[in-house]
Amino acid sequence: MNLRGWIARAWPAVPILAALLFTTILLVMFGASPIESLEAMIRGAFGDQSKTLSVIAFWIPLLLSSTGLLVTFTAGLWNIGIEGQIVMGAIAASWVALNLEAPSFILIALEIIAAMAAGGLWAGLTAVLKTRGRVHEIFGGLALNNIAIIFTNYLISGPWQPPEGGTFRGTQPFQAAALLPRYANSRFSPLSLVLLVIAFAMVVVALRGTFWGLKLKALGKNLRSAFLLGVSSEREVILAMLFCGALAGMGGAVRVLSWFDSLRQSISGGIGFLALLVVMLASYRILWVPLIAFFFSVVLNGSITLQLRTQLHSSLGGILTGVMVLFVLLFGDANKLRIFGKKKSHE
Amino acid sequence: MILQATPLMIAVTGETITERSGIVNLSLDGSMLMAAMTGFVVGLKTDSVWLGFLAAAAVGALFALIVAFGSIRLRQSQVAIGFVLTLLGDDLSAFLGQNYTRIPGPVIKRMGIPVLEEIPFVGPIFFDQDITVYLTYLLVALTWFFLFKTQAGLKVRAVGERPEAAFARGVNVDYVRYLYAIIGGALVGISGVVYSFNVKLGWSEGHTRGFGWIALAIVIFGGWSPIRGALGAILFGATKALATYLQRAFPQVSVVAFNAIPWVLMIAVLLMVSSNFTERLVIYMPRRIQRPIRRLLRVGPPMALGISFGDD
Repeated sequence: MNLRGWIARAWPAVPILAALLFTTILLVMFGASPIESLEAMIRGAFGDQSKTLSVIAFWIPLLLSSTGLLVTFTAGLWNIGIEGQIVMGAIAASWVALNLEAPSFILIALEIIAAMAAGGLWAGLTAVLKTRGRVHEIFGGLALNNIAIIFTNYLISGPWQPPEGGTFRGTQPFQAAALLPRYANSRFSPLSLVLLVIAFAMVVVALRGTFWGLKLKALGKNLRSAFLLGVSSEREVILAMLFCGALAGMGGAVRVLSWFDSLRQSISGGIGFLALLVVMLASYRILWVPLIAFFFSVVLNGSITLQLRTQLHSSLGGILTGVMVLFVLLFGDANKLRIFGKKKSHE
Repeated sequence: MILQATPLMIAVTGETITERSGIVNLSLDGSMLMAAMTGFVVGLKTDSVWLGFLAAAAVGALFALIVAFGSIRLRQSQVAIGFVLTLLGDDLSAFLGQNYTRIPGPVIKRMGIPVLEEIPFVGPIFFDQDITVYLTYLLVALTWFFLFKTQAGLKVRAVGERPEAAFARGVNVDYVRYLYAIIGGALVGISGVVYSFNVKLGWSEGHTRGFGWIALAIVIFGGWSPIRGALGAILFGATKALATYLQRAFPQVSVVAFNAIPWVLMIAVLLMVSSNFTERLVIYMPRRIQRPIRRLLRVGPPMALGISFGDD
């Protein structure tokens, strides 16, 4: 293999390293030792069993949302409203947990169904605004995100206020029967992992092996020609959004029922936007999605420990993931850079 | 009310210029945050608001340059890059500005215009403001004049509508797009720091969060015209006053609920200008006013908006 071939093969590592370098420079600027920070991050993610389980518990709703986004991205939709879909799922699950009495397994099933319905409904609203109202899904979704978050704040400070008075932080903890069974006192619930595996497998099969997946791909590649080929764009747009919203809603249920034990102010913790970054970084390589989501989960959980240890703002984790996605988007494709002249490389 | 609307007017004007040339800079929310933080810190350190404005403009221009470079030279999705920059600007501003939150900094003082501020009703609202507000009026008017009444403005619009035709006429499409993306981005940056200096003094994490998205929606509502955009910005600025009023009128409703007004309004105005529904209503109106009403309510984007132009 010649030099050019080697460069082309090693190229994908370059943007990743550049992103690490960028973050290192930031750390040095703020007087922190990069080595110590890295160590604090790794210890924050894998330091003991409960921390590792936290990484997994954070990864599950993140990957549920990313899995849903795989469907909408394939259909060429920018489902930025996913954040709101997670929040609505969390709210619906909380409603069931606060208001119904039933044996645990029935209650949990109802919570998950309610959450999927609410997430789907919120996504469906964005979809109908798009197909019927011609409001782009970015704007419809974004407005609905904010409305969902404001709705949470309203519930927490109003009707669902804990009896001892509103603290603006959250509702009272749910009854024990309503919570997902958790492993070894951690935030990780094995049941949510099972749901995740089912959902992910379904999406892989749907996108790779079904006619529906093919229709979505046609839609994503070229809306007009897909329409001419007889793909009902409105139906598929709404279906893809409902599907994604339902998975995001399930993610929201996992957040309230195992990560927390009540409805909190920032219930999503930015998982929806993070999931968008995951899917962008993976760019249609489905099997990379779980790995990238796991890496992001490590970085974000680690940066919380980093903040405790070094007093540096925990947004550092967000910066690292953001810069990485930006650099990969910009420079990931060596052919498009045209640094080797206009010649197309032979692959 | 006008003060609330001022930074929105600047951001909307900037983004209108950028989008008229065919580029969508979706990074507004993040670049406004970054510019608000940078401008505030520079203003604080140098004790000069003008250097603060300059720094903010540079940050906004840099974000716009990344979007333009990514889409023109690297042929990547403008939406993807813009969205990542939005998130990144939010996190970066929180990190870099962490030692400067909630401290007093430079402020621009109010300065009434002698004669005009005496006009009843209109005077106190429009002419008893600070210098940035007056400059913003001027900016909106000049931008409108530039886009619709000058040769160079025609070129910008040509590049945004029919880049092939502009190219055939000898216009350097890529150059025009870079230039106006950067100018628009600089204005967006200034709008961010106007929050820190005039409207919501100082800096705190997520200081201007949400306003970038509202500005992007107003650009659409304003039909890519600076004057309509400015009116849209005033409409959104007025929602804050409306919320305060409603709160007093309905004290039993939670304060939190009124925060939703701008977002509900955002969906409503976008539905109004782009859905078929308004078209159906217009048909029932007297024939003579159909055309003006349609022109008032319905807008279309520049035809080559978000589409890259080039040899492949």
